Amino acid sequence: MGDPVGQIARWLEILLLNWGLSAPLVTLIKVVLGVVVLASFVLLVDILLVWVERKVVARFQDRLGPNRLGPFGLIQPIADVIKLLIKEDITPQGADRIVYNLAPIMALATVILLWAVLPLSPTMLGTDLNVGVLYVVAIGAISTLGIIMAGWSSNNKYALLGAFRTVAQMVSYEIPMVIVLMVPVLLAGSMGINSIVQQQEVWYIIIAPLAALVFLITSIAELGRAPFDLLEAESEIVAGFHIEYTGMKFGLFYAGELLHALTLSAIFSSLFLGGWRGFGVDAAPILGLIWFFAKAFFIYWVIMWVKYSLPRIRIDQMLNFNWKFLTPLSLVILIVTAISDKLLADASPPLYVAGMLGVNLVVAWGTLQVLRRTARHERRRVAEPKPAAAPGSRRAPGAMASAHNPPISTTNP
Amino acid sequence: MSPIQVVFILTAMTTLGAALMVVTVQNLVHAALWLILSLFGIAVTFVILNAGFLAVAQVVIYIGAISILMIFAIMLTRRVAEDVNPQIGRRWWWAAAISVVMFVGLAWMLGNWSGFRSPLPAASSGMDPLVQLGEALVSVNAYVLPFEVASVLLLAALIGALMIAWERRPG
Repeated sequence: MGDPVGQIARWLEILLLNWGLSAPLVTLIKVVLGVVVLASFVLLVDILLVWVERKVVARFQDRLGPNRLGPFGLIQPIADVIKLLIKEDITPQGADRIVYNLAPIMALATVILLWAVLPLSPTMLGTDLNVGVLYVVAIGAISTLGIIMAGWSSNNKYALLGAFRTVAQMVSYEIPMVIVLMVPVLLAGSMGINSIVQQQEVWYIIIAPLAALVFLITSIAELGRAPFDLLEAESEIVAGFHIEYTGMKFGLFYAGELLHALTLSAIFSSLFLGGWRGFGVDAAPILGLIWFFAKAFFIYWVIMWVKYSLPRIRIDQMLNFNWKFLTPLSLVILIVTAISDKLLADASPPLYVAGMLGVNLVVAWGTLQVLRRTARHERRRVAEPKPAAAPGSRRAPGAMASAHNPPISTTNP
Repeated sequence: MSPIQVVFILTAMTTLGAALMVVTVQNLVHAALWLILSLFGIAVTFVILNAGFLAVAQVVIYIGAISILMIFAIMLTRRVAEDVNPQIGRRWWWAAAISVVMFVGLAWMLGNWSGFRSPLPAASSGMDPLVQLGEALVSVNAYVLPFEVASVLLLAALIGALMIAWERRPG
């Protein structure tokens, strides 16, 4: 009892074997069915996400959100989907048709592919890949490709600009993300996501809170959500890479973005919040599913909270924040975690947890000190008076104008 | 023919077909996309060989980093789609001759290799190839020296790139 999915799988296997099918064929049927069920389930959750997103943003903005169709507006996403389906499908003139049509498929498919390695409960997981964490990174790389294809093939300058920004952002933020992903791998001694979950007697967010924070920030940047949403900055480039897409093709990008947010929340909860671990999972593995989604939706809510609270950052701030702050910080976190993990290897569990937490707090304090000093220096630099044509300030804003109109000398008659 | 052989033949055909398209299509962005398909085919070949780590590393490095940078560079270059120059240079037969010699040489070497005819040794059950790879890279008896030399070389390249791109402040 407590594991209905596994029981159905075993019942189906025995049934098919009794029908006289060969064992490899039965395995194949089981695998194909598993893929179809998982992908459909994920896409159904995706439709629900539209409602969650609209309802939560409404609450943040002191509105009610969809409330006309069905109880609490629950039928609204279905209406949204129907609207998208019956809209006219437009392909812009000069678009690269094959690449243009392939891009939205890649955008959604890469997100669904990530669910193959996520352990939903102790017994429900697509595949226990021993390089699961690296697989997540690899699929993320392919999703960047989908966005480039969309931006390039649309034959639109705004789309291309959006694609450039997206690639600059995703390729940059991948670096601190991969470095901090090494922290749970190092603590668990494995790259498989399910074994990382199994190793979390104490959630890794307590042992490595800084790594969790950096992973959350880089996830939001990979998603391209506010404050990192300059790839679709409405005031500058209208809609970014998906500007030319209409109807369901746009719908695929939109669904992909929402599902990507939930997927990265699920990965976060698996790596740092113990995934399916929780009360009563040993007795009934199906409870793991509930814990898993509860944690994933909590992180999803945190991402929405950030999205609807913070303003958009500029592109130079985005790059500076990544290269001058997150990358060095994540390197420090990795080195410090590795050393303290080795030093505390023989300590008792409570001492180990306290030691790791303490080390993280020291690194956080040091980071804040460095930030404070930098901010003070920056404020002083900005506050300095900048005469427009003073000698030696050739980089000042007025330098170009003064070169053509030399200042009138005081010795002039 | 076993199912794995069917998968291998399909993968190999896709990889080679995509590689052929890379050098024949006119549009540079299309060539880069075909190159990505070809590299992905090689990743699938690694999966067939039970080398999961190499497959994922192939995707991360070749598709995630190198190909995307190539596409980026191509897109930043103006008027790539209107490139109508002839695709074959004047000394094409030199390249063809070198390719044929290389192909024959490699085929001859691999034909003499006994690994093709000996059966695959069974992997011991409790062995994690990833752990073995990691230990081999830092073991004094194995590859620690090449590994460290490669890291120093990469670091030198990184610093060199920084030096070239360094914006020297006037004055």
